Parts: sequence; structure tokens; C-alpha cells
Amino acid sequence: MTDPALPPVMNRAAAGVDFDSAEARARLKKRYRAEARFKALGLLAVLVTAAFLGFLLVDILRKGIPSFFEYRATLQITFDPAVVDPKGTRDVADLRGADYQALVRAALQAQFPEATDRRARRALDSMISSGAVDDLRKAVLADPGIIGQTRVMPLLLASDADLFLRQRETLITRLKGSGPLQVQGEGSNITLRNGGAAFRVALAGTKSFLAERRRALLAELATLPPAGGNASVDAKRNELEQAANAIQARITDANAPETLTDREPSLLVSIGGGILKITEIGPNDAKATTLVAPRPGSLITDWSVLTLRVPETNRRVNDAVSAWLETLAQRGMTEKAFNARFFTNGDSREPELAGIRGALIGSALTLLVTLLLCVPIGVAAAIYLEEFAPKNRFTDLLEVNINNLAAVPSIVFGLLGLAVFLNAFNLPRSAPLVGGLVLALLVLPTIIIASRAALKAVPPSIKEAALGIGASHQQAVFHHVLPLAMPGIMTGTIIGMAHALGETAPLLMIGMVAFIVDIPGAITEAATVLPVQIFLWSDLPELAFQSRTAGAIIVLLGFLLVMNAAAVILRRMFERRW
Amino acid sequence: MTSFRSTALLALALLSSTGLAAARDQIRIVGSSTVYPFTTVVAEQLGKTAGVKTPVVESTGTGGGMKLFCDGVGVQFPDATNASRRMKAGEFELCQKNGVKDIMELMIGYDGLTLAFSKKNPPLSLTRAQVFLALAKNVPGPDGKLIPNPYKTWNQVDPSLPNRPIEVLGPPPTSGTRDSFHELVLEPGAEQIPAMKALKAADRKAFDAAWKSIREDGVYVEAGENDNVIVQKLEANPGAIGIFGYSFLEENVSKVQGVKLDGVEPNEETISTLKYPAAREMFVYVKKAHIGVVPGLDKFAQEFVSNRAAGDGGYLEKKGLVPVPKDRLANSQANVANLKVMTGEGLPK
Repeated sequence: MTDPALPPVMNRAAAGVDFDSAEARARLKKRYRAEARFKALGLLAVLVTAAFLGFLLVDILRKGIPSFFEYRATLQITFDPAVVDPKGTRDVADLRGADYQALVRAALQAQFPEATDRRARRALDSMISSGAVDDLRKAVLADPGIIGQTRVMPLLLASDADLFLRQRETLITRLKGSGPLQVQGEGSNITLRNGGAAFRVALAGTKSFLAERRRALLAELATLPPAGGNASVDAKRNELEQAANAIQARITDANAPETLTDREPSLLVSIGGGILKITEIGPNDAKATTLVAPRPGSLITDWSVLTLRVPETNRRVNDAVSAWLETLAQRGMTEKAFNARFFTNGDSREPELAGIRGALIGSALTLLVTLLLCVPIGVAAAIYLEEFAPKNRFTDLLEVNINNLAAVPSIVFGLLGLAVFLNAFNLPRSAPLVGGLVLALLVLPTIIIASRAALKAVPPSIKEAALGIGASHQQAVFHHVLPLAMPGIMTGTIIGMAHALGETAPLLMIGMVAFIVDIPGAITEAATVLPVQIFLWSDLPELAFQSRTAGAIIVLLGFLLVMNAAAVILRRMFERRW
Repeated sequence: MTSFRSTALLALALLSSTGLAAARDQIRIVGSSTVYPFTTVVAEQLGKTAGVKTPVVESTGTGGGMKLFCDGVGVQFPDATNASRRMKAGEFELCQKNGVKDIMELMIGYDGLTLAFSKKNPPLSLTRAQVFLALAKNVPGPDGKLIPNPYKTWNQVDPSLPNRPIEVLGPPPTSGTRDSFHELVLEPGAEQIPAMKALKAADRKAFDAAWKSIREDGVYVEAGENDNVIVQKLEANPGAIGIFGYSFLEENVSKVQGVKLDGVEPNEETISTLKYPAAREMFVYVKKAHIGVVPGLDKFAQEFVSNRAAGDGGYLEKKGLVPVPKDRLANSQANVANLKVMTGEGLPK
């Protein structure tokens, strides 16, 4: 601690000032208190920031990490020649145009023979992603020899089915049944009987769900004005009261059987490899219909009741499809695997097929253009302004303008890009070339300012020594000052690039906020960038895109982290202190 | 200097790209953010099956899209635009003035403008008059004259409604959804109120101003174009009502429920028969002059109105679009096949 106030106090002490007096001690204490207070506030500020950051990171990781995994159904696919190559010519065009969906459907129907009518077939189709169909096509084109064979193929599940297996559609609770379950009847007319606790617990669950609904009705009723004032109020009160009373009548007798509709949580019974859906439940017995037929002669002591907490009407996956997925999982025919498509595919409107490769390459192309423009122009401008330019009103004005430009909102650069590059120069819309040009304008001031600071930090003695032994001004700058300023310039550049990587607003105007499936191959092809991809996905209705959004954010954060870390490392490695 | 060389290379690239802009092999579509989720699906299908590059679809809003679309004919202008409402007469004139003479109009399906709120509450039914009274900037006072909207809770609007603060999250003025909300809900709502009807007869301008302005005292919150944000806010705040397209309601059935409007519940049937009062038609406009110039544009139009896309059970229905009735779809298909263009008659002002 260097305290500039100390010497005079000691002088005063020497001069006979009493610094041991009560007053002086109080002053000292006050000073210490102020310091302690400041430290505490500082620590608090750091903790609050860390908490916010931590919350953000945890939230994004929690939402985003699931998007790096996908669920697949591993089914036996028979590459039936009658479907794949009906003419038997092995002609590539024929193979490409074949109906591979039919292969998937046949494999699923082998598992679920009860799905025969058109509706059920469509439900079966909806379980498997169209990407799986493309995979089968690719497999056949890669090796036509598999036609006629039967292979176990991993088939990507559609996003709704995927969300169901992740329990994002509904929470599923499993209750193991005790004692044998008596099953009578078949098809849609089955009676189940069991003396154990399972049915009683399931019934109580249904009743508590109804009680919850009744509470909501009563809460609604409480917000209405008292009866007798207004006819429409009375009608509404009546309606709510009747609904609440009807539920009350159902729940007062805890043992009264309940008929289940699609507005209550679904109860499924898993038994012997099959699934039954309960339509009416009592404390010891239940009526049920078959969703997946149990294997004949299977054990009836090993069974459980599944409660799908969200009512069927509120789910995108209905009970039949739920039962099929559950059965596939029980038969060991589902697997969770790394989602490589997320990194190899371009954008798609099917959440399970959407990937970030197009956006990543778009970002890379855009940043390449920015870098190629910014570094030469920015560094040249900085050297000129710092080393060669005369100091006059004009250069002062220039400096003020550069500093000002660094603070201009980025959307303004987008408008500029639209007016100049698109409308005046007729450059293509949505191209990384234009994006790079606009972002170059955006980060140029940052680079100029950082480069000037780095040049200024090189001690004048270096340049003077060079000049002293006969170097020209330009030689002194380019051979001696610039190399020493390079780490600082590079740090500034990387930070500027990281800034450019995260920009969305200026790209809005030049058409880079767009749905682009094809992966761009050149700076004049349509492309989008990573932050824009995040923005676009966040706006789509499908639930599964929310986790994709978070996944893309994780990738973006990763790149920003790498870039900023590179800036720090460069500075540490090459920095010289004078 | 290497840096000089790279700048020179870039300048070269710049020059060559101006040349590239003269020909285009990729369809470009702009327009409504409401139609965007559907157009992108068709674009992706086209890219997969038709052997052309996947079209680029930008989400610029209906009005912004019309402006870009009507700017002119040529490869630097978009080939098609999405609209969550019909092209206005003024926009058609702008198109004509800029040489965009032949425009094909495809009615691709319906969207219901839904008011929705959290599933935690019992169902709610509102009339459009109630919505107008809750949200308009000026409403008729006790003497029938317009006064600044005094209502803070729903039961002040109508005693049969719950005693909850009015809190509505909806689209900003730039959105086509907002235009539709004014035209489909607020204007007819105002007409349901006798005092407003009298005003319409007496002073048409004052009446129009009344249904065109939404209150700005914090009761109506502009939630941006991102409808997912609205859904999340509705979950967090069970008292609030959100305004968005039917596809968002359908995707979020486990969280939110639709408000009955004039006693009609929003669902596929009520929307496609236009029984649901806030149902609207959605359009895609295609430049005829670009067909044959930009590869695949004709296929794009055919795909959009094909049975497997816009038809009953088609893939657009799975994405939340309410399909067009069969005869009307057949009519659209015929129009696309004959390259029939708009005449500009009967367009809304």
C-alpha cells in the first residue's frame, strides 16, 4: 500500500500532532470502514455478474446439449427388390426415385401388425423422419448389392417422437404392478382385475388431476362479481359452478370408477410386450383397449401402469404412437446417438435434420472477406495516422470521426450496405461478400484504434535508434516499430473479428436473414451466418427448434471463446514490456 | 506487399461478382414472417426433389416483401413474395408502375389469428366487441363520445369476464399479423358496438381512426415478431393473452389454449370454413416474367399448390397450415398450369 497521505501525517506527528487522540482514531476507523465497504461492494458486483453469467450458461447448456444427441429406431429393413428396383435394371435413376418410405413402413408394420388402416399407417409414417428415408436411399446408391438383403438400419426418429422419448412431450411415471393381473376379453373390450395397489394409485392420480381442474374453475369463479347483478354474469357463474360441482361429485367418492377421456392423463398398461390403454379405471379393476397386442402366453405377473401426465388432447404424440414408441424402447429398438447431422447439414425445416454447417461456412466466408479488407486497410490507416500524417485540424477531425464511427449502431452499417453495395453496385443479395464488406466497415474503427494504441506503445527510442543509424522513416516504421506493435494489432483484430462474428443487425438489411439450405461454396452465393441462424430458429413454431437454437448458441459461444482466448494468448506470448 | 495483393484479389472478386449478378440459378423469395414457415418447407422439398438449387427465403414482413417484389423485373429483384393478406391496390399499382406487369396469385391456405392464453386457466370466450373495448386507444364513454380507454380489468369491459388485469401480448405495427388483427378483429368488433356504429355513420374518419389505433398505456405489449417469446411469456404469466398465428397454437397445445372468438373455437375446421371470425387467407405472389428465366420457378409454384403440399393431409398441414378446400385448390392448380395472372380488380384498398 502506498498512501500518499502518510508522510505529512508523520511530519505532523513529529511536529507534535497527536495521532493517538480519539478523534484521529475515529478518522482512521472511518477510513478502514470505507475501504471494507468498497471491497464488499466490489465483490458483490463481481458475484452478481458471475451469477447472471452462470445462469445464462447453465440455461443454455441445459437446453442445448440435448440437441447434440438424437434418437433412432434400429429396425430390420428388407431391401425388397420389388420396391427398390421393380424393373430389375439397377439403373441409378430408378434406384433414386424408388419409394423408400414403403421399406420403413413395412419394417414398422412387422413390429406392429395391428396398424392396418390408413390413419394408423399415416401415424406410423409420422414416427420416422424423412431424413431416415434419405439415408436408406443413400445406402442403396452407395451399395446396390444390399438390394434383396435384410439389414438392421438405424432410422432417425421424427422430432415429435424424439421429444416424446426425451419426455419433453409429457412426463411419464411408471408404477410396477404387484400380484397377477387378470386379463379377460380381447381387442377393444378388455377387463383387467388386480387386488394390488397399482390401480388404486392410478385412480387417485386421476382424481387429484380433476381436483386441480376444479380448483382452477373455483379460482375463476372467485374473480367474478357476486350473483344477482347482471344476467350475463349469472350465466357465467352458473356455468362455472355446474362444472365445478360435476367434478366435485366425481371426486368425493375416492373409490368411484372414472371414465377416462382424452382430457385426463392417459393410463397405459404395459404387459407381456404389449400395451393396453385404460378407458375406465376403478380401485381394483379397469376396462381397457389394446394398442399393441401382448405376446400370447406371456407372464401376467410382470406388468406396470404408465401415467402420461399431459392429457392426450394436449399432446402432439397421441396414445397409439406413444404406445408404439414405448414398445420399441422396451424391445431395445431405440438408441440415443451423437447427432452428427447437426454439424454436417445445412438448414432444414425438419428440426431433426437441421444443421449449422451452412451457417458456419457462411460465417467463415463472411469473416474471411472482413479480415482481408480490414487488416490491410485498418493497419495502413493506423500507421499513416500515427507515424506519417501531419498533426493539423484535418487529421484531428479524422480522429474524432473514427472514434465516433466505432460507436455507431450496427444497423446503420446495414442500411449503408443496402444503399451502396446492393442498390448502387448491384452486388448479389444474401452474399457473404456484401456481409463481409458491411462488417468490415463495422470493425474497421476498432482495428484502427487498437492498432494506433499498439503503435503508440512502442517506445520512441526504437524508432529514433533506427533513424540514428540511417534508416529512412518508412524503414524505421516497417522494420522496427510495426513488428513490435504486431501482438497488439493482432489482439485488436481478433477482438474486432469476434465482434463481427456475433453481429446480426447489419445483415438483416442485406438479405442474409434468410432460409438457406444449400451450403455456400463461394463468397457470391447465398449464405447466412451463425447468429442469424440462431435468430431464425428461435422464431420457428416447432418445439424441437428451441433446443437447436440453444445448441447453435453453444457452438457460437465456443468460437467466441476460442477467438478471445487466442487474443489473450497472443498478447501473453509476444507482449514486451519496456 | 501481400496485403496489397489480397486487396487486389478482392477487388477482382468484386468485379467478377457484378458479372455474376447478371444471371441467377436460385429462386429468391421474400415476404411475410407468417408464411415463412410454410414457404421454407416447400423450398426445401423443391431442393430435394426437383433438381434445382433450394430457393432462398427471406423473412421481411408482408409490406417489406411487397416493396422489394414490386421494385422491378430482373434478376436483382425477388421472384416471389409471401403475404399474410391479399395484395393491396396501391401495391398492385406500384408493381405495374415498375414494370412488374404479370403477377400470379396463389392462395395457399388459411391461418387463424388466434388469441391464446395459458392452459392453467379454464376456457375463455370473448366477443370481438369486448376485444375492441379492451384494446382500442379510444372507446365510447357513457355518453357515446370517444374517451381514452379507461378499462384496466376484463370485468370492467364486461361483468361476465374474470376480474383480471387486461394484459395482451401481440405483434408490432410492422407485422402483417397486426394488420390482420385490426381488420379481422378490431374493425368488426367496433361495428358490434351501437355507439361506434352510430359514429361510423356520422364520422367515417373518426371511426376508422378508432379501430386503427391500439392503446399505448402498457396494457398492449408489443412482443416483437418472435411468436415463441409470446408463448413463453404466456406460460410464465397465466393472466396474459397473446396474439399469434394458428400454427403456433397448434405446436404449443400442451401449454396454451385458444380463446373462443364470438363463440367460435379456433381449429382447423372453423378456420378453413372461415367460421372462425379471425381466419385469414395467405398468399404467395409470383412474377410471371421470371418463369423460364430463373430455373425451377414454375416448379415452385406447382409444388406449392400441389395436393401433396397444400392439399388435405399434405405436408404443409402437418406444419400448421389450414388447407384450402378441394375445389379451390383445383382452381389454383389450373391457374398455375395456365400461368393465369392477376387483373388487379377487387383488391383491397
